[in-house]
Amino acid sequence: MTSFGTSVIPMSMPGGKNTSGVSHHVLSVLVENKAGVLARVAQLFSRRGYNIYSLAVAPTDDENFSRLTVVVDLESATLEQITKQLHKLINVIKITEINPLEAVQQELLLAIVSTDAQSRSQILELADIFGAKVLDVGLERLTLALADSPEKLDDFTELIKGFGIVEIQRTGRVALAKLSRSGSRSGITKGKAS
Amino acid sequence: MRLTGAQALIKSLEMQGTEVVFGLPGGAILPVYDPLIDSPIRHILVRHEQGAGHMAEGYAQATNRPGVAIVTSGPAATNIVTPLANAYMDSVPIVVITGQVATTSIGTDAFQEADTTGITMSITKHNWLVKDASEIPRIIAEAFHVATTGRPGPVLVDLPKDVSNQMMDWYWPTSIDLPGYRPTIKGHPRSVAAAAKMIKQARRPILYVGGGVIRSKATEALGALVAKTNIPVVTTLMARGAFPDDHPLCLGMPGMHGNYTAITSMQKSDLLITLGARFDDRVTGKVSGFAPEAKIIHVDIDPAELGKVRKADIPIVGDVRLVIEDLIEALDKGEAGEQVQEDLSAWIAQIREWQDKFPLRYEKDPTDGTLKPQFVVETLSSLAPPGTILASGVGQHQMWGSQYWRFNDPNTWINSGGLGTMGFAIPGAIGAKVGRPDKMVWAVDGDGCFQMTAQELVTAASERIPVKIALLNNAYLGMVRQWQEMFYDERYSEVYLSPDLPDYVKWAEAMGCVALRVESPEEVAPAIEKANEINDRPVVVEFRTDSREKVFPMVASGATNDQVDLGPLFGGDL
Ligand SMILES: Cc1ncc(C[n+]2csc(CCOP(=O)(O)OP(=O)(O)O)c2C)c(N)n1
Ligand SMILES: [Mg+2]
Repeated sequence: MTSFGTSVIPMSMPGGKNTSGVSHHVLSVLVENKAGVLARVAQLFSRRGYNIYSLAVAPTDDENFSRLTVVVDLESATLEQITKQLHKLINVIKITEINPLEAVQQELLLAIVSTDAQSRSQILELADIFGAKVLDVGLERLTLALADSPEKLDDFTELIKGFGIVEIQRTGRVALAKLSRSGSRSGITKGKAS
Repeated sequence: MRLTGAQALIKSLEMQGTEVVFGLPGGAILPVYDPLIDSPIRHILVRHEQGAGHMAEGYAQATNRPGVAIVTSGPAATNIVTPLANAYMDSVPIVVITGQVATTSIGTDAFQEADTTGITMSITKHNWLVKDASEIPRIIAEAFHVATTGRPGPVLVDLPKDVSNQMMDWYWPTSIDLPGYRPTIKGHPRSVAAAAKMIKQARRPILYVGGGVIRSKATEALGALVAKTNIPVVTTLMARGAFPDDHPLCLGMPGMHGNYTAITSMQKSDLLITLGARFDDRVTGKVSGFAPEAKIIHVDIDPAELGKVRKADIPIVGDVRLVIEDLIEALDKGEAGEQVQEDLSAWIAQIREWQDKFPLRYEKDPTDGTLKPQFVVETLSSLAPPGTILASGVGQHQMWGSQYWRFNDPNTWINSGGLGTMGFAIPGAIGAKVGRPDKMVWAVDGDGCFQMTAQELVTAASERIPVKIALLNNAYLGMVRQWQEMFYDERYSEVYLSPDLPDYVKWAEAMGCVALRVESPEEVAPAIEKANEINDRPVVVEFRTDSREKVFPMVASGATNDQVDLGPLFGGDL
């Protein structure tokens, strides 16, 4: 891997599994934006026997750094070990664990759904309810886009399944800590390392 | 000053104080070998790149300074993978420079191209692919910094041929900018204070000392801690020499082939003060049954070791030497200072009883007149001048080396612990001798191991590096034979090597060594004394030892450390 040019890189597809399962934890990992960093992170996970559930990568506002949002499958190891091992990578600058309950999370879904004259309006109605966008229209197909929480994406997927999903693609989530009601930010510290 | 990338590399190595590199040239690294001619750096031409890597490790283990190896691309890079993995396991600081095909050819399956940084990613602390010659001084400075600080380890710099030839403006970095790399050196004062208190309250404490104590040069501090607290010490395979075997509180090596007292004192302990050790499975046996009553203080510079295997009651991240020094002070301060240390006399009496009842034992005067390997190592140890360095291969001979040699100084035991790399002894000894020419260097080697890396004796002979090899020729892959005898109903599968094929004496002589053969106990001391006299070339002493001899004590794989098999001389299991 030579750069973090693409905005989101899906690593593994949820495949209908509940994405909000309790065994999943979200790590927000600030790394140096250098060649090979993603390979190092990915290899560390596989070599230590941890499972990456999803992974999203993009440069931060400071392009010397990138942020990885990693959803880890915690059945494979303790979060503490994963975090400590990740910290040993020279290019990893900061790791923040994001508690899904105290975070805003978004993920993007693209789906091609088969339609006929009759189902089209039902699908469009569903899309409307969920706030999904229609990106492309064919004679017997619709391409929909939905950006929302992973749970909403699960629900939406469940509902459009009945119409026949031709293809579906999810990006893996990105997450930020919820803003504290008293005004100051909690959780993720921004961008650059101290 | 305008330099080529290759010149900048050599100059950078000089800036780092490199006095010797181990290597072997080839296509992609050719540009680097040219300025080497004009450099004061000594180059030692190895016969196989694995040798270069292990020599760099031996050098580093003997001197506590980073070892450096330079090899070419492709097959040379893959040949040095084993030493990198070995150094990673044993936290040995080495810097490996590999040649790479030109940047314009990378990814095209060019001649002698291998994805060296990819292959070595998980067995180096970090690696770098140099893209531009201007990066060389910075990367070399970073590489040495990463290798030698924090938890030491191997690093690799992959240098494409066109980058070596590219011109650059020379500079030397004044600082190192690695925002993601800031090892914690100083232990947290509150944890240190709590540890001090816990130490004073312990009734059956043991200092569980690992290789980190040697890497952090903490042996003096450890001595002071023992003097102050009177707590007995076990030294793991990686820590032999970190605390003198001659000290009455040194219990020696614990673990699978440790002695009964070291194993059992840990097992019965109520507090393991763990210093630079990592609860390796060879030490703990079955983890769930390991030291069940012990609280754990765990000091390590690598945070990932804390809680990895055994949860620590007091984890302390920091440099072991600094933490021990702080601990010594903390014992007299605050709550810990008010506490009177528990009386350890009953505990030490118990330990003495175990030592009396269950010492290391082997058949001293076998009626059949065979040569016992333990006798060889014991005699070797007693005839070697103080401070002699002992390197080792991997197998039974390694365990006998660790058990029967008296280690009284740090950095005098050069072995492959974590990876268990057969063939480590000869190049390891050569590297150690290059680093410490003032010291006598012996290697204890097995016949199997010898056949894996013997060619480096040619290197030693031609470079006049007078190492001495005690080859314990038992005609078998002995350690594997032992397992087959004990756990596979004596069904021996592919472990026989033959005592006289090859003829080790002829082979050693052909490689430029003095060679001696010893077949009976009476010949042992004279042969060693003769070898000790030779100082201008390598010596190989082949000892024809008893094939049937097994390493005891032994805790079988999967058993808990309560099940120590002391062997036939004690009438079996305890
Ligand atoms: C490179 C490598 N291959 C295989 C092994 C497995 N192994 C461990 S000890 C041993 C036997 C070593 O034989 P030898 O050098 O003769 O030593 P001995 O046990 O007989 O003293 C083997 C094959 C290993 N540790 N390393
Ligand atoms: Mg053997």
